[in-house]
Amino acid sequence: MSSRRSRSRQSGGVSRITEDQIGDLVSKLQQLIPELRSRSSDKVSASKVLQETCNYIKNLHREVDDLSDRLSELLASTDTNSAQAAIIRSLLM
Amino acid sequence: MASSSISNPEAGPNRLRESKSKNRRGIGIDNRIEDVKIAKTKWNTEAEQQIYSLKLMEALRMTRENLPSPAEEVSPAGRSAVRRTADRILAAAARGRTRWSRSILTSRLQMKLDSNRHKKHKRLKVTGDIRSKKPVARKRLPAVQQKVRFLGRLVPGCRELSLPKLLEEATDYIAALEMQVRAMTAVAGVLNS
Repeated sequence: MSSRRSRSRQSGGVSRITEDQIGDLVSKLQQLIPELRSRSSDKVSASKVLQETCNYIKNLHREVDDLSDRLSELLASTDTNSAQAAIIRSLLM
Repeated sequence: MASSSISNPEAGPNRLRESKSKNRRGIGIDNRIEDVKIAKTKWNTEAEQQIYSLKLMEALRMTRENLPSPAEEVSPAGRSAVRRTADRILAAAARGRTRWSRSILTSRLQMKLDSNRHKKHKRLKVTGDIRSKKPVARKRLPAVQQKVRFLGRLVPGCRELSLPKLLEEATDYIAALEMQVRAMTAVAGVLNS
């Protein structure tokens, strides 16, 4: 595995990795982002995809933070055993 | 009989390992990416989300037992503990197959060790990075390069990664984060009612 990692570092410049491969990965990334999914891939630049990816990840981080806050508040007001029981019950239904 | 029963379940990973070693002779990145895709966690399944919810509840229960007082729970420290737990369980679900997940799990360990060693090692690491980055060159980077760097900083453990690898990690990380949001939203919904 370490040889694989060092090989990818050596090929760090654009020489080993073709533009096509990068374009392929960028379009795959585009499909993941709800903002850009509907737009056709030839109309969205790589720069835009990267920008939206960064924004999307930041948004997801913020959502997880908010949810963590909410969960900590909810858990503080109940006892954990009944909370866990409620979760398990909801998953079994 | 015994040999066939052993070889069958191993047929999958062995086939992967064989095709990986064939591709090492430089056939292309695409095949490697396909192999890795098969091995990674499927974040969009209901099962994965349910398992995550259960493990998260269990881990939160254990964290709660260690808190000194109930007031701690809603303090900023208590809230960030929930966030860290959620991230740790998410990283564990990746089963060590992605760089970002391994980085989350080892950084927890590093932080625990550093708090005992007065964070000396961590500081050294940070200055090392800043020195090698050469702020003057950073201004001259084209916009796309800047965005790539920014993305590398957002995904844990992917700062100095080649572009294809980084995009691959980002793809998996986004899927995992989406599952995390779905699971935590569902859990919060259940606890609310």
